[in-house]
Amino acid sequence: MDGDFAIAEGGLAAGCRFFAGYPITPSTETAERFSERIPKVGGIFIQMEDELGAMASLIGAVWGGGKAMTVTSGPGFSLIMENLGLAAMMEIPVVVANVQRGGPSTGLPTLPGQQDMMQARWGSHGDYEIIALSPDSPQECFDLTIEAFNLSEIYRVPTLLMTDECIGHMHEKVIIPPAEEIEVVERKWYKGPKDKYMPYKPDKDGIPFMVKAGDGYRFHTTGLTHDYRGYPEINAEWQDQNVRHLVDKINNNADKIIKIEEEKTDNAEVVVISYGITSRVAIKAVQEARKNDVKVGNIRLITVWPFPEKRIRELACKIKAFVFPEINYGQIVLEVERCAAGKAQVIRASHLGGGVHNPDDILKLIMEAAK
Amino acid sequence: MAEIRFSGFGGQGIIRLGLITGKAISLYDNKSATMTQSFGPEARGSACSSQLVVSEDRVLYPYITKPDITIAMSQEAYDIYEPNLREDGILIIDEDLVKPRPTRANIKMYSIQSTRIAEELGNRIIGNLVMLGFFTAVTKIVSPDAMKKALPGLVPDRFLELNIKGFDRGYEHGLQVIKKKK
Repeated sequence: MDGDFAIAEGGLAAGCRFFAGYPITPSTETAERFSERIPKVGGIFIQMEDELGAMASLIGAVWGGGKAMTVTSGPGFSLIMENLGLAAMMEIPVVVANVQRGGPSTGLPTLPGQQDMMQARWGSHGDYEIIALSPDSPQECFDLTIEAFNLSEIYRVPTLLMTDECIGHMHEKVIIPPAEEIEVVERKWYKGPKDKYMPYKPDKDGIPFMVKAGDGYRFHTTGLTHDYRGYPEINAEWQDQNVRHLVDKINNNADKIIKIEEEKTDNAEVVVISYGITSRVAIKAVQEARKNDVKVGNIRLITVWPFPEKRIRELACKIKAFVFPEINYGQIVLEVERCAAGKAQVIRASHLGGGVHNPDDILKLIMEAAK
Repeated sequence: MAEIRFSGFGGQGIIRLGLITGKAISLYDNKSATMTQSFGPEARGSACSSQLVVSEDRVLYPYITKPDITIAMSQEAYDIYEPNLREDGILIIDEDLVKPRPTRANIKMYSIQSTRIAEELGNRIIGNLVMLGFFTAVTKIVSPDAMKKALPGLVPDRFLELNIKGFDRGYEHGLQVIKKKK
């Protein structure tokens, strides 16, 4: 199964029963798979007029009680942004997968890139935090799409699955466990009296309850700054409350959200950090460097946003240098530079898209860093 | 660990060969396989290829660099991809569709009239499966049972029998060729 199909299967396994999207290479196969599979499990597939409409319809579907997702690539991701901001403000649990291709603009429709990683964080206007995961294989496209749905439900936040053309179109074995073995987080429904529901009043865990439209709860929801009832409050006090809540609910739980894979970082002199397809290419360079007696550790970011800054800060005090290959001019590496704060050297290994790194190029940088 | 490239022109079922072999290896032969393919306008109607990396452990680097085995089912594919074949690698061609240059001394070349045999069996569309059977016999990189198990779901049900027939013919031919070479 290829990564694109695995995203659709992961979505279905997580309980997604509403898919809306607009086909775009190299993500179209996910939409195709949904169009074939979702009606068979009682779900809805809509090919919308564009990505703006697709994202808007997901918000409606979630208020309607469903789990919903879409898939897109670069140009569509830009169109997603307007209503992704609305989803962030309305605290909508929803999943958007981006099968990245080279950009900017229409760029390289059929070739890989990792150039939307910063856009993933703050591509829509205003202050907010999202969660973004980066799979390294079709298997993880399946696993992490489920994880994305679960995180989006726990934190009432749009969650992004940031993959790329290479993984999207790569075929590998994908193990789909029996349904009862898959952990699926259900929505935190409000069950109190009908006239007491407040869609934005944080519960003990900081996350407000949701209700299903049509169940008799009257409430208001808006993209405007709002009070706990969801009614507009156009003033600095509620703005402070709203923004702080949107940002803090992710940042305060960052330790629970963040997943990274670490290997041989104890006693390492150089640590290679990467994510997605690049992490597989980087391992080849890491293995070669070890043959040359370089003490090199390896970190794979499974969660890219929120960024694992605590761990990077710790490592920066112990090692000589980080080497960071990614398929863009240098995006997530900026976070590493910020966290390293001059305590360790940060070496960029940029590939500008259309392919993956030659492991030898990464190896050269590791060897130089170790000198 | 082995790197395999299937190549030909768009429409011959080249990508399908990568899919079938990858499925056979990773689901029924207990190894790992990663398939990538040429994708985009260039893959339709002209030279197209699917690449398979096979490994006992997990495949890390997903692309092929210097293939151990290259299958060419069109002249253009042969011209483009043959030079990339590893020294002492295996080259397999459809001899009616590819006119090879004098081969490099150290590569092993096998040839079969896969498309013609498919026509004899009643449908040239299964030329790729004849080639697949032949490939299975001469390279022994995957078991014929695994290959046949991998077919359902990857070829249309109504043509399953015909595809198996094509695979078997190619496989038998491959065994004979090996015997003769010995």
